[in-house]
Amino acid sequence: MTALALPTSVDAMLELLTSRGYLAERSLATVTYLSLRMGRPLFLEGEAGVGKTEIAKVLSAALGRKLIRLQCYEGLDVASAVYEWNSAAQMIAIRLAEAAGDTDRAQLSSDIFAKRFLIERPLLQALEPDVAGPPVLLIDELDRADEAFEAYLLEILSDFQVTIPEFGTIKAPHPPIVIITSNRTREIHDALKRRCLYHWVDYPSAERELAIVKSRVPGISAKLSQQVVRFVQALRDQDFYKSPGVAETLDWATALTELDARSLTPQVVGDTLGALLKYQDDIARMQGDTLQKVLKEATSEN
Amino acid sequence: MAINHLSPPTGQMADNVVGFARALRAAGIPVGPGAVIDAMNALQAIEIGNRGDVFTTLEAIFVKRHEHALIFAQAFDLFFRAAEEWKHMLDSVPLPDHARKKPPPASRRVQEALAQPQMSETPQAQEQELRLSVSDKEVLQKKDFAQMSAAEIAQVTRAIAQMKLPQAELRTRRYQPDARGLRLDMRRTLRGSLRTGGDIIDIHRLGRIDKPAPIVALLDISGSMSEYTRLFLHFLHAITDARKRVSVFLFGTRLTNVTRALRARDPDEALASCSSTVEDWAGGTRIGTSLHTFNKLWGRRVLGQGAIVLLISDGLEREADAKLAFEMDRLHRSCRRLIWLNPLLRFGGFEAKAQGIRMMLPHVDEFRPVHNLSSIEGLIAALSSAPPPHHRSLIRSAA
Repeated sequence: MTALALPTSVDAMLELLTSRGYLAERSLATVTYLSLRMGRPLFLEGEAGVGKTEIAKVLSAALGRKLIRLQCYEGLDVASAVYEWNSAAQMIAIRLAEAAGDTDRAQLSSDIFAKRFLIERPLLQALEPDVAGPPVLLIDELDRADEAFEAYLLEILSDFQVTIPEFGTIKAPHPPIVIITSNRTREIHDALKRRCLYHWVDYPSAERELAIVKSRVPGISAKLSQQVVRFVQALRDQDFYKSPGVAETLDWATALTELDARSLTPQVVGDTLGALLKYQDDIARMQGDTLQKVLKEATSEN
Repeated sequence: MAINHLSPPTGQMADNVVGFARALRAAGIPVGPGAVIDAMNALQAIEIGNRGDVFTTLEAIFVKRHEHALIFAQAFDLFFRAAEEWKHMLDSVPLPDHARKKPPPASRRVQEALAQPQMSETPQAQEQELRLSVSDKEVLQKKDFAQMSAAEIAQVTRAIAQMKLPQAELRTRRYQPDARGLRLDMRRTLRGSLRTGGDIIDIHRLGRIDKPAPIVALLDISGSMSEYTRLFLHFLHAITDARKRVSVFLFGTRLTNVTRALRARDPDEALASCSSTVEDWAGGTRIGTSLHTFNKLWGRRVLGQGAIVLLISDGLEREADAKLAFEMDRLHRSCRRLIWLNPLLRFGGFEAKAQGIRMMLPHVDEFRPVHNLSSIEGLIAALSSAPPPHHRSLIRSAA
């Protein structure tokens, strides 16, 4: 049985996330709640820095579960995602058996492919039973892995079991809580999305973002936090190549408090714009009149 | 079920099956002689009187891909039209199209295929025909798409459909067993050695897997390109294969993603469903705006994994300004290779005079003509070869 009970309603889910400092939109809380109730993986897609990865961390902390993270990259294969045999240890075992004069081949091969020679990678770890309840498995930036890995994942996500030819099948007694994130650097196949609950994580509204800044950046003045959020919201309305995410807002707010800024001035914004915009084209556009205009909107008292 | 292979069916039914298979072949379904023999054997094993059973039987044998099912059904209907004659398996003449409702896209092809002359001519006549078709082909190779008759376009379309895109290989970071690979496959080596009780006998190795590079095609469908649009769509349909990663976008005044419409279907049907998604056929061009939309909404999503971009456009843009150059530059920097295909290059003395072309030229890796069959074949060859070093110096600068 699990150590901490799962939330029993959407409101309880919101409550749980808020208590850990994650101020989620109700829609996100709803799909998260549903994915826990239905035991389906949660597939989160959205721009970088809107809090997709964060929700897995918060969820594992709030439910007292272990967080197992699999960061995807091109060329991710079974050996680095699921399991690998510890060849060096196996070679030593073979040498020892030889030195001891064991010649029973069948015995030797069953000894060599025992569980102690198995190096468990994140996906296999997530199938192991845990006293605190099934872990939270975060498969981060799945779009970076290739289609072959996606196809392999299909099998794991439907049966929660892994078959190792030399060893046998390992099946999870209770399926883990699975959260998959994608930044859309390529489209994920429909077959995988069909098995998950899909949610597009959008930029937060101004009020929510203000609340997030206040809860995450301690010691920021009310005036500055309001100006920061207004400024960022205005930037998102502009047609930038890469709009700043919530993570950038928090970085920038932290940077401004470090610099002891009381309010936004052209000087301080110009110096710290690199915390918000990460493309030279975008930074170049935010000079002169545009900057003045946005700044004026953000700092107007109303 | 024992089928007597020793006495092949003869007479009317055999002729019919052979004729039907030939019609299917002409309509573009690959039917080999083995399938014809299978079909004859199978027809002996079922009740020929039941039309539905015959349909299912023949379909199971002749149709190996889902996109052929529609053509097969139409061909079957036309070929074995009269149900009362069905029992005698008489040859039936395709009825004229009453056009009670709009025929589905593939039916014209099937009708044409069935209306083809029977191949009962003398060998001599066949030889002549063959010679004729070769010279025809040479003419077609060089003829500009814009000056072709409908029949010629149909021929070219068929030629394009048969083009196979060779594998432009990209080295991936995934490994597979490879005797000449550079990495040790300890797992297989160990398992192999256990068979001998621990004496390692042969080392197994791993090498990198090569995979075809994704292709992203941006096709201009404005009025000035209208003679070419359909053929290029046929070409893109030919290279769009479910196993290959090909994305297709059409742009005129707006940008439309037609990748799914083009995927895994009969070409006529694919083109029809493209037409229904696109709203601005043969209108104006706004290349800059369309490229901006592409860069903003799709660039990151389809240009990963080392994609090759085919930009098919004549570059005739009225609103050529710095924005166009900027978006071209962005596109160029976010893909592995940018190939611009321009039908205007067919004119020997082509000079990049138009403002838009001048804006775009500095940002492409290759600038190729694409107005006849040979140039499309040249393009395919270029796609399958390694990208040349950046040879912008070879592009005649218009300045």
